[in-house]
Amino acid sequence: MTLSCVVIGSGNIGTDLMAKLLRSPSLELRALVGIDPASEGLARARELGVEATASGIDWVEAHGGEIDLAFEATSARVHAANAPRLAAAGITAIDLTPARLGPPVVPTVNLTEHLDAPNMNLITCGGQATAPIVAAVASASPVPYAEIVSTVASRSAGPGTRQNIDEFTRTTARSLEEVGGAAHGKAIIILNPADPPILMRNTVFCALPDGYDEAAVAAAVEDMVERVARYVPGYRLKRPPVFEEGPFATPGGPAAARVVALLEVEGAGDFLPAYAGNLDIMTAAAVRVGEALAEARVAQGVGA
Amino acid sequence: MTDTAFRLTDSTLRDGSHALSHRYTTEQVASIVRGLDAAGVPVIEVSHGDGLGGSSFNYGFSGTDERELVSAAVGAATTARIAVLLLPGIGVADDLRDMADRGVAVARIATHCTEADISSQHIRLAKRLGMEAVGFLMMAHMAEPAELLDQARLMESYGADCVYVVDSAGAMTTADARARVGTLAEGLGCQVGHHAHNNLSLAVANSLAALDVGASQLDGCCAGLGAGAGNCPTEVLVATCDKLGLATGVDPLEAMGVAEDLVRPLRPEMGVIDRAGLLLGYAGVYGSFLLHAQRAAARYGVDVGEILLELGRRRIVGGQEDMILDVALELARQEARA
Repeated sequence: MTLSCVVIGSGNIGTDLMAKLLRSPSLELRALVGIDPASEGLARARELGVEATASGIDWVEAHGGEIDLAFEATSARVHAANAPRLAAAGITAIDLTPARLGPPVVPTVNLTEHLDAPNMNLITCGGQATAPIVAAVASASPVPYAEIVSTVASRSAGPGTRQNIDEFTRTTARSLEEVGGAAHGKAIIILNPADPPILMRNTVFCALPDGYDEAAVAAAVEDMVERVARYVPGYRLKRPPVFEEGPFATPGGPAAARVVALLEVEGAGDFLPAYAGNLDIMTAAAVRVGEALAEARVAQGVGA
Repeated sequence: MTDTAFRLTDSTLRDGSHALSHRYTTEQVASIVRGLDAAGVPVIEVSHGDGLGGSSFNYGFSGTDERELVSAAVGAATTARIAVLLLPGIGVADDLRDMADRGVAVARIATHCTEADISSQHIRLAKRLGMEAVGFLMMAHMAEPAELLDQARLMESYGADCVYVVDSAGAMTTADARARVGTLAEGLGCQVGHHAHNNLSLAVANSLAALDVGASQLDGCCAGLGAGAGNCPTEVLVATCDKLGLATGVDPLEAMGVAEDLVRPLRPEMGVIDRAGLLLGYAGVYGSFLLHAQRAAARYGVDVGEILLELGRRRIVGGQEDMILDVALELARQEARA
């Protein structure tokens, strides 16, 4: 049994998502939906034998009965306008924009809690890359404060991210609390213009109170990296988690020590270049959420 | 303000904060502001060294909340206006709103020199809040003058009243500074500023060269207190300008007094261009990395010079302090293997 889906947005993200969906055994790509008939993404869809329409959300509404899932790869503003129409058509939205209409979802952390939600938000690339590590540490120790530094190649940061860097920073920080389970979260976002472009780097710092179990924390982090890498093959630790003794006066209170995880994300290179691991982790997480929905609906005996 | 050759912003309480690992107290801030204000310094910048919201694992936690420091500064100033620094991606819009409420008059919005478009939200917000907005193009030695001008034009288009050429690595020769500041001064309608570091012992010379090609604003820190081998020393700049007949509006002897009596005791060795400081300028590495690199070198038993050179080779930009740990661990691993 498969779920029928559409990708709304025929830009770089939508095109990369299309490439991944065409490989999925449980998701059937019904169409790539854009608004510009001259879009390169739509032309590429036609080359691949995928239906391509420039009629936008109207087309999706007209075909509502045939569609289970919509991946929204437009912008927060467009998704805010589309979301009620998708909901009215009974289509579940998996939102790759920062609109945050639905609960924030990281596949390895809280996906099963939200499988019935009509709308799921994939936070930001920084959140997808770092909140699971915070959640892993939080499974082994209280985390009074978590901080991440997410550095992406300038060329992989589109105008949407650049013009909304404040929302990007705050949304990523909030996911460390809401999804990661830290009492306080802080995010730092850096763009690096080096040429050739750098791979996405993420550094996760978690404050550790007295009495933490170093081996348990390290094992939880390494296990989580392996689980994320199942759907983002280029996601890896650069070296084993590092433990540094404090004390540190964090906003979440004094901490005896900190654990530091230095991560790198190399993209799969489906459509986007390999350095754009930040975009790859979003499209890969989106597909993983879609596949989990398909599995859940098989289990419930419903679906297209 | 009477006619001056340029407007001076003293950043002892912002960029200087790096040299104190962000441990200023409200008493220190109030007394330094009183001294600078009495000396005639028109603008005084106060924030965590990495700008609003910089207090973090990555950059070091502030000893005292910067909001308290800023309020102390606003309270102590009579004629000087208080400025803050914000790096989009580190500080957020709410930080800026809070600063406007506290009476901050100037918002300096900083990005890496090729990433000016991430300053649009915060420059526009500063203007809406009634603040003066200054664009701050960091690590400007990494961009050629024409590219830097394109980036500066973006900041001007968002509403910046001035755009700075910021030599964060203290890596510019005088010809480098002259070319960049001159190109911006010719190509922009708004003012142009220059922020110099002293890793190559050129901070005052480059500041004077910037004036010569059209800069309207310059930065200094008392006793050069600041990242790397230090900033352009406010009191030296003011004294030199006085000898050149360039009006600064600042009393040289009073500026010397603030530097000597209030700032130098905080870090007596400040101003020495040792090997590590010089390497920053030589390799073009972000000045604030120095103390973090020294700490990582001590913790992991590796050479600080090797860390700085590798950061330069990797073309790491300001803000990526996390890569210091990455490099130190890599060097330690290589040494263990050898």
